[in-house]
Amino acid sequence: MRSPTASCLRGPALYSRRPSSAPLRLALQHRFKSSVDDPSTSQVPRDGTRARATPSHHSAQELEPSLGNSNLLKRTPEEALATKGLVFADGHGLKGPTGKGRETRQMNLHQAVRDAMRTALTSNPKSFIFGEDVKAHGVFRCTQGLAEEFGQKRVFNTPLTEQGIAGFGIGLASVGSTAIAEIQFGDYIFPAFDQLVNEAAKQHYASGGSYPLPGGSFTVRAPVMSVGHGGLYHSQSPEGFFLGAAGLKVAVVSTPIQAKGLLLAAIRDPTPTIIFEPKVLYRAAVEQVPVDDYTLPLGPTDEVRPGTDLTVVSYGTPLYTTLRAIELLSNPPPALVQFLPEKLRPPNPAPSIQLIDLRTINPLPIGEITEAVRKTGRLVIVHEAGKSGSVGNNLAGEVGRRAFDYLEAPIGLAAGWDVPVPLAYEKFYQPDVIRVFDKLVETLSY
Amino acid sequence: MLPTLRATSLRAVRSAPRARALVRGLQTDADKSELTGHVPDKHDEPFSIRLHDDSFQSYKCDAPSTEISVTKGELLHMYDQMTTMRRMEQAADALYKAKLIRGFCHLAIGQEAVSVGMEHAITESDRVITSYRCHTFAVLRGGSIKGVLAELMGREAGMSRGKGGSMHIFTPSFFGGNGIVGAQVPLGAGIAFAQKYLKQPACTFALYGDGASNQGQVFEAYNMAKLWNIPCVFVCENNKYGMGTSAERSSMNTQYYTRGDQIAGIQVNGMDILAVKKACEFAKEWTVSGKGPLVVEFVTYRYGGHSMSDPGTTYRTRDEVQQMRSTHDPIAGLKKYILDWGVADESALKAMDKKAKEEIAQAVEEAKQSPMPGLHEFWTDIYYAGSEPKRMRGRVKDEFHDYN
Repeated sequence: MRSPTASCLRGPALYSRRPSSAPLRLALQHRFKSSVDDPSTSQVPRDGTRARATPSHHSAQELEPSLGNSNLLKRTPEEALATKGLVFADGHGLKGPTGKGRETRQMNLHQAVRDAMRTALTSNPKSFIFGEDVKAHGVFRCTQGLAEEFGQKRVFNTPLTEQGIAGFGIGLASVGSTAIAEIQFGDYIFPAFDQLVNEAAKQHYASGGSYPLPGGSFTVRAPVMSVGHGGLYHSQSPEGFFLGAAGLKVAVVSTPIQAKGLLLAAIRDPTPTIIFEPKVLYRAAVEQVPVDDYTLPLGPTDEVRPGTDLTVVSYGTPLYTTLRAIELLSNPPPALVQFLPEKLRPPNPAPSIQLIDLRTINPLPIGEITEAVRKTGRLVIVHEAGKSGSVGNNLAGEVGRRAFDYLEAPIGLAAGWDVPVPLAYEKFYQPDVIRVFDKLVETLSY
Repeated sequence: MLPTLRATSLRAVRSAPRARALVRGLQTDADKSELTGHVPDKHDEPFSIRLHDDSFQSYKCDAPSTEISVTKGELLHMYDQMTTMRRMEQAADALYKAKLIRGFCHLAIGQEAVSVGMEHAITESDRVITSYRCHTFAVLRGGSIKGVLAELMGREAGMSRGKGGSMHIFTPSFFGGNGIVGAQVPLGAGIAFAQKYLKQPACTFALYGDGASNQGQVFEAYNMAKLWNIPCVFVCENNKYGMGTSAERSSMNTQYYTRGDQIAGIQVNGMDILAVKKACEFAKEWTVSGKGPLVVEFVTYRYGGHSMSDPGTTYRTRDEVQQMRSTHDPIAGLKKYILDWGVADESALKAMDKKAKEEIAQAVEEAKQSPMPGLHEFWTDIYYAGSEPKRMRGRVKDEFHDYN
């Protein structure tokens, strides 16, 4: 496993602990944002450059444009149809059954989710949607009009009873039905945790493969992550809690195209699956989405942009933040250039940064990330959940073991803090563009 | 004054014939049903039995009738199944003590009337889901004794190929076998919902114990089932002890059949197999005819501890157990019916006992012969075939399993 080349390259780094990008950490201190993960070091920059820090003249708006303007979103039909991994249910590929190509329609994320569920209800008469207040339209409008179209026998409200919803869904799926449950907020999934981890995840194994019966599938949808003002019980990212649940699949969608494709894949996957939908994206993320019945594979990651110097992994809302930070580093505005270490400043070529959308949380695609890191030698992970028990720490631990000989820098993790998501300081909790930018610079200049 | 007096005296008159009713109203002897007609010669010809007047208590509904008809063949079949099931549980006990069964093992010795009686009232299209005390249900619902014993020993011939163990055994009409107290109850509601949606003339029996009846999710399931009129029978097997805590010390209301609020309920003598059968017929008729769910409480008793690691004597007296065994035993009760009513003679029953003993001994031997599951099972069925990740880690650093 040990690569001599990598070891040689790594040699000097073992002994020299170069100062990291402290100046940058201090940029925009006027925004009252610490930009270091470890609070114990945040007050004392190692090279004493605090005095040089000057407020940026760039407005926050310029550094952090709205999510809807992100280059992650595909604004033309051609871009949308070029999405990797699209599999159309009719088997006709991109040309479609008529041979004239496929149609797309502009949708935001909640419309894409609704489109997926409408497709599921249309294509399978034994599919059901249930959850709290889903009959009218659901709190995020994901089920708008479905009860009218398909009847209240198939789209119905449940009591406020998360554990019951999960157990009911597992029972329904075990006899060959397609159960699609909504947990109104990811924060409310904890009462259902026992059913999901102990019943849903283990039923197939414990029954020696007997259940669920053919055709049975159980999917749970839940909105997650923060919007900026959700607070303790409406902004959490619970995905890390499901890491140890073998037998359960967990994915986080990042775009409308993914929302439809991954949700339909989950609905048709007999393995119980949880789809987490970042709630701030429901309306903010708008793109062209193929109107036909298609799926995206559950499991593989998605390379958003290639790169050779650093691998960055993220998912959900922070994927947008991360892409923005990479774009800033690739073409830094003058106000930021002064904080960059020499080798990352123009006229030196901008670092080539690979961005990977993790998409799947369980089973964690460790192999793919390890392969990527073996090529770039550096890894930064960005997510909104706190560090402890997180996807980032799991990934870092396993990739660190498997790609140890290839690493040029410690694996970086920009994440939320290990505190309840604070209502008043929610923006402070989220890893924002500057925090991510700082982590990229720190890892690149190690 | 006058009306009060009259009411009091009326009540006194009504309760006079049943002095036992002072405590809880239900009688739990296993052998108090009476023959009302004569017993025919033919094995498949029905004859009438009257259950003891206090075999049932009801809540928000009329109690089932105490009239029941059975055949000689059926009584003998019940006896055969009950003795076989008890012997199977005893074999499991021995295998556990011989360290051939490891981990958890919960025996239903003393509660045979519930599983066997239920089976005689329902059909293959009905569904059953229960807690970890599941061995007898697994066999009766289409499994095999060898399959259950092999599963308990974690062998390849086990009904879940050795991967589920004692608490996780399934058949096409039996959904386990669940290790988490109370977790199977909402699943039962989901299964019953599918039956209703598909307009099947069938129902689901979701069983749990008196201990599990205090779990929040049981009430969540009650609520959904009544709200949507689901054909689900919530069956509380009240064996008086939730692990080591008696019902009185764990539940604010030990009349478990009344705990469904708007859901009607019946309490049943769970030691008399004929009362169990009648109650299950009643429950099936109730749910399938569209009246929604029903709570059925079987008052029964477990002779052993909660599990193999519980001797079962620290929270109750040996005398209590001994007294239940000697005076309320469901198999002894049925045996008395068979002998008293001239259904069969002592020697015929002895022959059945012998046959059961041999059948179990053979199943034990066959189960022991079955090998441990192959290593491939380590990775099989974690995910549904075809939906697995590309590879999974194995036992040592460089061991991986690739799915195709």
